[in-house]
Amino acid sequence: MLTLQCPYCGVHAEETELHAEGEAHLKRFGPGSSDDDFETYLFMRENPKGVHFERWRHVNGCGKFFHAARSTTTLEVFGTYPAQTYEPPQDIKDKISAKYPGWSWRDFS
Amino acid sequence: MSDAVSALNGARFTGFAQIEEASLCGMITVRGDLASAAMVKAISTELGAEMPAVNKVSFGTKGHVAWMSPDELLVVVAYEDANATCAALNTALADQHVLVVNVSDARAVFRISGDGAREVLAKLAPVDLSKDAFGTGDFRRTRLAQVAGAFWMNTDESLEIVCFRSVAQYVFDLFRVSAETGGEVGYI
Repeated sequence: MLTLQCPYCGVHAEETELHAEGEAHLKRFGPGSSDDDFETYLFMRENPKGVHFERWRHVNGCGKFFHAARSTTTLEVFGTYPAQTYEPPQDIKDKISAKYPGWSWRDFS
Repeated sequence: MSDAVSALNGARFTGFAQIEEASLCGMITVRGDLASAAMVKAISTELGAEMPAVNKVSFGTKGHVAWMSPDELLVVVAYEDANATCAALNTALADQHVLVVNVSDARAVFRISGDGAREVLAKLAPVDLSKDAFGTGDFRRTRLAQVAGAFWMNTDESLEIVCFRSVAQYVFDLFRVSAETGGEVGYI
């Protein structure tokens, strides 16, 4: 069972209280963008074996969206952080680096 | 004007805990900046309650105030006072970016009391309800089996549960099955 701590209410919520909301840190390309950018934004997703950043919603709880960093192979959770950010906090990156030296995910490493 | 009635008209059940649908209860949703001085003042003036801490409910002289999310409070007052309190809060927060709405008729309220109260609820929600983890004044928004719900613990250790009125029968049936005599687990 996956348990994530919601960074807003501090509750250690188990999976059934949460809703997976896809990949984290997507950059939106809206009206006026090129077809290529729009297609990439809409359809292209990471599907890594290892470190992954996801967006979750504490749907049966405080209702807020947050981000989680975890490993898709070991299910280890490196940490969760509020969604109002463009990149993961340094302490979470450090934690991942300790476990997976040289990791990268999109533009982060 | 038609008479307002609660969702299940005060349905009751007694198993290893007592379950009752509480009578009509006034509830107001307040959204806004909880840290702002105006909000703290409005809550203390209109309800005689302190601003609740995260995942807590504060019991005031005129009503309870529960922490729902970083920008939302649930105010619980007597049913007949809900409109007046709602108007008073709106007036007090007139110059703020807030939303204050009377949602009393959209909700149902249940009370579980007795020694087995924690256990009845623990079977239905993914929440640690042991005495160390959940006590008087604690508040939690979660799910009850398949529907959204929220609950807090009163000073007499009874649990008060809030859910949407449309699922009141479902929630009552859940509690009824969970509280059936012989269904005690005995871990809490």
